[in-house]
Amino acid sequence: MSTLTQQTQKMIDEVMEAYPEKTRKLREKHVRPNDPTGECGSACAVKSNVKSRPGIMTIRGCAYAGSKGVVWGPVKDVVHLSHGPVGCGQYSWWSRRNYSNGITGVDNFSAMHITSDFQERDIVFGGDKRLAKICREIKEMFPLAKGISIQSECPVGLIGDDIESVAKKMTEELGIPVIPVRCEGFRGVSQSLGHHIANDSIRDHVLGKNTLEKVTDYDVNLIGDYNIGGDAWASRRILEEMGLRVIAQWSGDATINEFAIAPQAKLNLIHCYRSMNYICRFMEEQYGIPWIEYNLFGPTKIYQSMRKIAAFFDDSIKERTEAVIAKYTPAMDAVIDAYRPALKDKTVMLYVGGLRPRHIIGAYEDLGMEVIATGYEFGHNDDYKRTYPEMKEGALIYDDITPYEFEAFAKRLKPDLVGSGIKEKYAYHKMGVPFRQMHSWDYSGPYHGFDGFPVFARDMDMAVNSPTWKLIRRKR
Amino acid sequence: MMRQIAIYGKGGIGKSTTTQNTVAALAEAGRKCMIVGCDPKADATRLILNRKAQATVMDLARQRGSVEELEIGEILLEGFLGVKCAESGGPEPGVGCAGRGVITAINFLEENGAYTPDLDYVFYDVLGDVVCGGFAMPIREGKAKEIYIVTSGEMMAMYAANNIARGVLKYANSGGVRLGGLICNSRKTDKEAELVSALAAKLNTHMIHFIPRDNQVQRAELRRQTVIEYSPEHAQCDEYRALAKKIAENKNFVIPTPLEMEELETLLMEFGIMDGEGAAA
Repeated sequence: MSTLTQQTQKMIDEVMEAYPEKTRKLREKHVRPNDPTGECGSACAVKSNVKSRPGIMTIRGCAYAGSKGVVWGPVKDVVHLSHGPVGCGQYSWWSRRNYSNGITGVDNFSAMHITSDFQERDIVFGGDKRLAKICREIKEMFPLAKGISIQSECPVGLIGDDIESVAKKMTEELGIPVIPVRCEGFRGVSQSLGHHIANDSIRDHVLGKNTLEKVTDYDVNLIGDYNIGGDAWASRRILEEMGLRVIAQWSGDATINEFAIAPQAKLNLIHCYRSMNYICRFMEEQYGIPWIEYNLFGPTKIYQSMRKIAAFFDDSIKERTEAVIAKYTPAMDAVIDAYRPALKDKTVMLYVGGLRPRHIIGAYEDLGMEVIATGYEFGHNDDYKRTYPEMKEGALIYDDITPYEFEAFAKRLKPDLVGSGIKEKYAYHKMGVPFRQMHSWDYSGPYHGFDGFPVFARDMDMAVNSPTWKLIRRKR
Repeated sequence: MMRQIAIYGKGGIGKSTTTQNTVAALAEAGRKCMIVGCDPKADATRLILNRKAQATVMDLARQRGSVEELEIGEILLEGFLGVKCAESGGPEPGVGCAGRGVITAINFLEENGAYTPDLDYVFYDVLGDVVCGGFAMPIREGKAKEIYIVTSGEMMAMYAANNIARGVLKYANSGGVRLGGLICNSRKTDKEAELVSALAAKLNTHMIHFIPRDNQVQRAELRRQTVIEYSPEHAQCDEYRALAKKIAENKNFVIPTPLEMEELETLLMEFGIMDGEGAAA
């Protein structure tokens, strides 16, 4: 064991000491010093995707959050019905900042909160009749809606409502797809299963149901980009400048027809592997469409990813790609020149969701910053495997981290910046530690692509070097 | 002091008939009684009310939109000798959550003053098996403390009785509910009284009464009456009067000791109900 690894392990042990033995034994498997080679194998792999322990105050969501909030929610021309009592829909209303074009209530419904608002009588007598009535009302009130997704809340599964048969009947009656999604919150250990369930429902009810009149050799799907603060638009712009044709966005600013025609693409490009690898694997098996992972955070990763994508196509694309890179390099270099001096050697701790704990590392490195600790809310083994090589030896990696552990590590590691979510933000502000929300980009964005990097650099500088911090005592 | 009593047993065993006739006998003896039907089929009060089926809490709640819209007088009706009757009601088979309906209905009755201090007895007539938490509602904290299980000498009825005893055991430990005995509603099977008594002994309780089979009960039922109302002089009435008296005077309240399946099968074999093939193999 190297010195760095030993030091990190010692720090982990200290932090774990506060726990009762049983909790410590369970939690210590989720926190490890990084081994970039991965040679250490399963013995020192970070344990993940298991049930959170009661009392640790996990920040994970549920299957409904994964389906309604992440995968389905951004599909703008579909009315997403939060099927069950009012709270799940109310508190997940328009919260991920997945931007979309269109007119709300006319041809864009992603910012709306529509629920069946279960009452006691719906529990006792079942909600199926009400569901059919609501579907008819939705069709009448929103004639331009191209579909209805039924996002099941817990009680629907508990009382065993047959939403599948209602959906089938309504699909025939209304002439638009009505898609049952069995994403009851009690299923699985986090929002992750909800992503999978949502992928499966798209596969079963939408995928391949329409065809394009004209296909080209350059058709691709942009998968796993939810257009937070306009990210997908920034990503799409790059792909189009490279000469590719994006036929579907999954699912930021998406229309349901894009899911339907997606199997006609030549290549699937996946950004958020965690939430949409399922559909990519299916399209590979079913339609023989290859898929590659890419990363559009920061110029280094952007250039790498562009070349990786271009390698799948002919020389014309490769040439155009090089031209695009050459075109943007001066602008990207200017951003680095402007911000790197103020950010160089600053350290970062991250704790986020699907792809960011590893994908953003390169963008920080472009600015001379170092991510010294990172982790996933709901990652699986394959996410951690992809993370080890991105981090230095002995860096800290944690899974489903508890607020206590996160704070205890921050006090010891003294990062210059913490990047996590709204639930963490103010605790760190009170500790005098600069903080950025890395789920929502703190109401900023985009952070993807050439459009995003200048915004990202400016935001990080603004947080780390704000004069505010000099005015408050940093309890570190 | 109000006694709250829950009657459980296999579907079709005669819980509702037994409960209503026993309550009629108690009412005849001057006791104030209420019956709360806890079964979506809502057939626990028809013999007392002399009508097909009464309006149920959940049916009216469905019509009005919510249970808050109901008045207690609409669903708490008085029948034979002033016996008060309420039915939880619930969904048709295969949809929704009947258990939640029972919980909602009982909460409504409680919150709206159905449990008046002048009542001597409240009987809960509960769906065949304790399939979920809702059907255990009548025996939760602060509700029925006594349970009687209606059974016969038939194997499946005894299986069900044993199963119900398991449910009772859970609430005996947490809520203080006790088993008051088995009521044998005869199906004229071989050695029926002996067999049910033996099962009762294994369950740490007793067979509180053996009700012989008599078609007079059916004749009364066809006229939507208890046998006590229809033909008070008939000998069968005395059986229900005897059961009512035994319940009133019962001091034998126990935590049941449910049997393992093998034990139950051994018992059945001892009485020659099951042949010995299983044991030989």
